[in-house]
Amino acid sequence: MVHAPQLTPRNPKTNIMIRLEKVERTFQVGDQLVTALNKVDLDIQAGEYISIMGPSGSGKSTLLNILGLLDQPTGGRYMLDGKDVTSLTEDEQAHTRQQKIGFVFQFFHLIPRLTAAANIELPMILAGIPEAERKERIHTLLKAIGLENRADHRPAQLSGGQLQRIAIARAAVMQPKVLLADEPTGNLDQHSGSEIINLLEELNGNGLTLIVVTHDINIGRRAHRHIQIVDGIISSDDKKKI
Amino acid sequence: MNIKDIFLFSLYAITANRLRLFLMLLAMSIGVGAVVILTSLGEGARSYVTDQFSSLGTNLIIVLPGRTETAGNQAGMLFGKIPRDLTLYDANALNRSPYIKKIAPISIGSASISYKQLDREGPIIGTTSTFLSIRHLSMAQGKFLPETEYDRSSPVCVIGAKIKRELFINENPLGKWVRIGDRRFRVIGITASEGRSIGVDIEELVLIPVASAQALFNNPSLFRILVEAKNRNMIKSASMDTERIIRERHQGKDDVTIITQDAVLGTFDKIFTALTYTVGGIAAISLFVAGILIMNVMLVTVAQRTSEIGLLKAVGASQKQITLLFLGEAILLSFIGALFGIGAGFMITQIANVFFTDFTLLPPLWALITAMIIALTTGILFGLLPARRAARLDPVTALSRR
Repeated sequence: MVHAPQLTPRNPKTNIMIRLEKVERTFQVGDQLVTALNKVDLDIQAGEYISIMGPSGSGKSTLLNILGLLDQPTGGRYMLDGKDVTSLTEDEQAHTRQQKIGFVFQFFHLIPRLTAAANIELPMILAGIPEAERKERIHTLLKAIGLENRADHRPAQLSGGQLQRIAIARAAVMQPKVLLADEPTGNLDQHSGSEIINLLEELNGNGLTLIVVTHDINIGRRAHRHIQIVDGIISSDDKKKI
Repeated sequence: MNIKDIFLFSLYAITANRLRLFLMLLAMSIGVGAVVILTSLGEGARSYVTDQFSSLGTNLIIVLPGRTETAGNQAGMLFGKIPRDLTLYDANALNRSPYIKKIAPISIGSASISYKQLDREGPIIGTTSTFLSIRHLSMAQGKFLPETEYDRSSPVCVIGAKIKRELFINENPLGKWVRIGDRRFRVIGITASEGRSIGVDIEELVLIPVASAQALFNNPSLFRILVEAKNRNMIKSASMDTERIIRERHQGKDDVTIITQDAVLGTFDKIFTALTYTVGGIAAISLFVAGILIMNVMLVTVAQRTSEIGLLKAVGASQKQITLLFLGEAILLSFIGALFGIGAGFMITQIANVFFTDFTLLPPLWALITAMIIALTTGILFGLLPARRAARLDPVTALSRR
């Protein structure tokens, strides 16, 4: 991967991976123009562990969607790995998602007719990775999440915690740079929730940038950097001392 | 993402809902099956008629007295009167042509044939020994009419199997005397039964020498002259010779009608091929309907699997890949449906062949290929819209649906 030259190196010592410049996202609801994100500036370095918190409708999900290239800002600029990704075509964005971004959702989004292994395989099929390598990666990941003996189970036969672990394996299988988790524990009990957070933190420990959107203050506190969003504006952004 | 991946993904997708799969396959296979069955009916009818007509003989030319044309202005035509008889001498003269292998004059009439107290009314055919080979008949018992001069009558007859059954029951008819009209004939042979040919049941035939028939019915005019050309290439020359010879004998008047078997066969062939295309086309409409059904079901599928599509997009599927995955489903459904349809069509025609032995149904190859191509084309055509709709979904909205 060739890195494009950084256009505006604010701090040359750090390795800035994500930079949002005055990112704006407005929705047309009937006659009204609703602003979900209002000129947000944000720098995220590689390997950070960030929690995004805020009340419902504050724009945190919109921010996550924009970071994940699922949604396009209506204004401003988004630089990912030093490259402006706002102007990419839809298929180029899909390719960027495939190579650099992993998603973990509140409702898992596993395909019910596919086995656990086939669900993890899906991103690799789309990326055109050869079959032998796919099998190998699936095996390694299933082992890492402790579900080797569940490879041929379908989602209906697995518990919520297990489903989310499969979903995390699927998000990690393409070895992305950023993992975006939208309420990853929102649908789980306390115990499996903390297991999931442990697993995500483990991935972060291996150098993966982790961004978690959550309502849960205890989970939010575990991150190294806390971002609060209120009414589409970042109201607080404090870093723990590492 | 290669073909195998697309195939497997589509296969899992279509087998996930068994009822949906069954209904789609049913619709497609009914469409394809209808094409297969109806075209084989058309083909069966065509080969039945042409076979029947071919069984009349080979390289055959048929001469009929009179000429049906509108140009003539003879008074007799108005009353359906034949201007000049076709006689045995005309028939005999045809033997002069180098292109003609042999001829058989035919005189026909209806009379009763009786043996002891049993009596039967039926058509009596007067002809010559050549009739046997021209009409490709064979003998079950005894001999056919003797080779004599055409104008020589003799009191012998050859009968069909049904006449034998009805008049003689269990007796051996050979050498027995029967009464036909007011004359007596000795039975010298029984023809082998070979089914029907163009409305005349060979089993019901009574054959006597042509001169005897003319005397019996008191009619010197022939009903037909069958002419066999020496080979296929000589049919044209033979029919021209026939026309010329008869014209010369009839004072330069073209007052006979000449039909060549080839021309009739060609016409039948054309008519029935057109018929086959027509019924095949009508059946193809049901394929079209099946295509619309596939589109409908695929649209529902896209709506049901919206969140799956959102996920595919999130994990990096391009629009083209999503289109291919959903198109793959539609194509797979129509392909499997078409295979079932062809299988079912074949089976039904084979079963029909067991029950209707004298009418062979065989789906023509072109119909199988065309049905398959149409099925796949409708699959692609009607699968494209739902697939495109899936590909264009907005990932955020798609993912927010559970």
